[in-house]
Amino acid sequence: MTALLEVRDLQAHYVSFGGERVVKAVEGVSFTLEEGETLGVVGESGCGKTTTCQAIVNLLPPPGRIVGGSIAFAGEELTRKSQREMRHIRGAQIAMILQDPMASLNPLFSIYRQVSEPAYYHRALRGRGLRERVRELLNAVRIPSPAMRMREYPHQMSGGMRQRIVGAIALAGGPRLIIADEPTTNLDVTIQAQYLDLLKELQDKTGVAIIFITHNLGIVARMCDKLAVMYAGKIVEAGTVRELFNAPRHPYTKALLGSMPKLGSKEKLLAIPGHPPDLATLPPGCAFHPRCPEALPTCATAEPPEIQVIGSWSARCWRAEPQEISATDATTDSAKDIHAAAAVGD
Amino acid sequence: MTQFIIRRTFYALISLFILSVTIFAIVRLTGDPVTMLAEPGARAEDLDRLRAEWGLDRSWPVQYLTFAKNVFTGDLGKSFNYQMPVSTLYFQRLPASLQLALAATFISFIIGIPAGLISAVKVNSAWDNAGKVVALFGLAVPGFWLGLVMILIFSVWLGWLPTSGQGGILHLIMPSVALGWYFAASLLRLTRSSMLEVMRSEYIKLARLKGLPGYVVIAVHAFKNALIPVLTLAGINLVVMINAGVIIEVIFAWPGIGRLLYEGIFQRDFPLVQGVVIQAGIMIVLINLTIDILYAYIDPRIRLAK
Repeated sequence: MTALLEVRDLQAHYVSFGGERVVKAVEGVSFTLEEGETLGVVGESGCGKTTTCQAIVNLLPPPGRIVGGSIAFAGEELTRKSQREMRHIRGAQIAMILQDPMASLNPLFSIYRQVSEPAYYHRALRGRGLRERVRELLNAVRIPSPAMRMREYPHQMSGGMRQRIVGAIALAGGPRLIIADEPTTNLDVTIQAQYLDLLKELQDKTGVAIIFITHNLGIVARMCDKLAVMYAGKIVEAGTVRELFNAPRHPYTKALLGSMPKLGSKEKLLAIPGHPPDLATLPPGCAFHPRCPEALPTCATAEPPEIQVIGSWSARCWRAEPQEISATDATTDSAKDIHAAAAVGD
Repeated sequence: MTQFIIRRTFYALISLFILSVTIFAIVRLTGDPVTMLAEPGARAEDLDRLRAEWGLDRSWPVQYLTFAKNVFTGDLGKSFNYQMPVSTLYFQRLPASLQLALAATFISFIIGIPAGLISAVKVNSAWDNAGKVVALFGLAVPGFWLGLVMILIFSVWLGWLPTSGQGGILHLIMPSVALGWYFAASLLRLTRSSMLEVMRSEYIKLARLKGLPGYVVIAVHAFKNALIPVLTLAGINLVVMINAGVIIEVIFAWPGIGRLLYEGIFQRDFPLVQGVVIQAGIMIVLINLTIDILYAYIDPRIRLAK
């Protein structure tokens, strides 16, 4: 069986000033996603998370361009498709939920109109069937009295409701993959949890696969099966959520986990020192080495290869090693590593 | 909605009050109209009698109150020069100005909006650059100069179009282009910038992500939003063209309101100038009110606001 989405060595660059400045936003990203699976993509702002997703739906804002690699969706190669062909994939096969619920609905069109569009264009629903579909969708995202609410306009809804409506729009075309680009960043904390539960429930019902872009590891722990950690346009570590949370191999993953607050813990939160690098002028060697607490001399000169730790778990770090069979050792080791990282951070 | 209309009407009345005070004071700064209109060598007591007849011997506040009271009852006063009610003169000239303004609006629409739309959709392309050049010329080349050049080319050299006056459709071409020219450029620029802003919005991104056909994204989702500021400008433009096409109307000897106002100013015909300006003010305010209501119709955020 082929995977639902298989991204291989994807490269997407922003070329400006006549080629003088090349921002390598995505540089050799590979991952696979099975039907119904949830992948979390985490990383600091500007690490290429959003660009990766825009490349998947072939909607990179100019001057962005896919310069290499392949994106196979359900066995079909997306990078070779024309915009016209992509139109039948967007909304119908791959839907997206954007970050800002206040801005992602058109203020001049009714909720009905906006939710119905994907069903109208991709599933050829009309008249009563279409109305029925919209009502179902609004019901599914828990909009109270949908028959009445669908005649209203975005400004009459709260932020949480709008984001649920964006969710309904994403589902309207019956997609197999939803890309959620930080869907809860602009919501109240109480509503965030509700929204995530709702997404999870909808996923259970429809079997849709989700790519979750976030910088909130709490969301990843709650929602995702797999995790990909991005840094400077590359996936530096990828594996199952359990593997990465228990025994992160890449110092960047460790640092991200160390910067996550834990309930009831008196431990100091660790900030990652320094800033993410400029994607147009990356440092030589490993892009993370200037900020890395465990950097070796090699890190500054040679780029680390992707090391397969075990199974689908991989890390791009000179310190990463294939895992021995006994998994328990690895866990305790990495726990020590985290404390070591903490000491350096202080 | 009713509340919205009531509030807007109240603002409109305040604007008209300020306008009436201003124009009343300004015409009186131009000098004594009696000396302009009376026969040369008229005796001082005759001039005084004329002043008394026109009410110019009374104090300014009294004159203003009479003027304001008359405006409220729909009486704009009687022209010194024509010895006719100003509103009769105004409405005699209105059809000509309206015809010219509508033609010019049409021209500004068919040039400005599509060109602005194309410039925005094909931003930074050759189309966009062409649009920028058109906009630059539109704003930089004054309508009266363009009018004179067109008269020279199309009437004097080629003999295709009549130089001046009102008549058939041929008479309308040059004045409406000369008048609409500037407004086409301003509509182009506004349509372009408004479209560009809307195209960058998240909801347009989402519309594309829904897999809608390109024309639906641009012509429906984006254009409807971009049209809001364009519509306001177009409405105001129309009223400005009706009432302030002074220079174009003078150049093309177009018997409209602009020329009436021009004559009134030169004759120090106080009631005529005051009346035309107030009438123009009332129209601008009314059109703005209509646009506000139209806005509310297009934009549910305004329509449904308390």
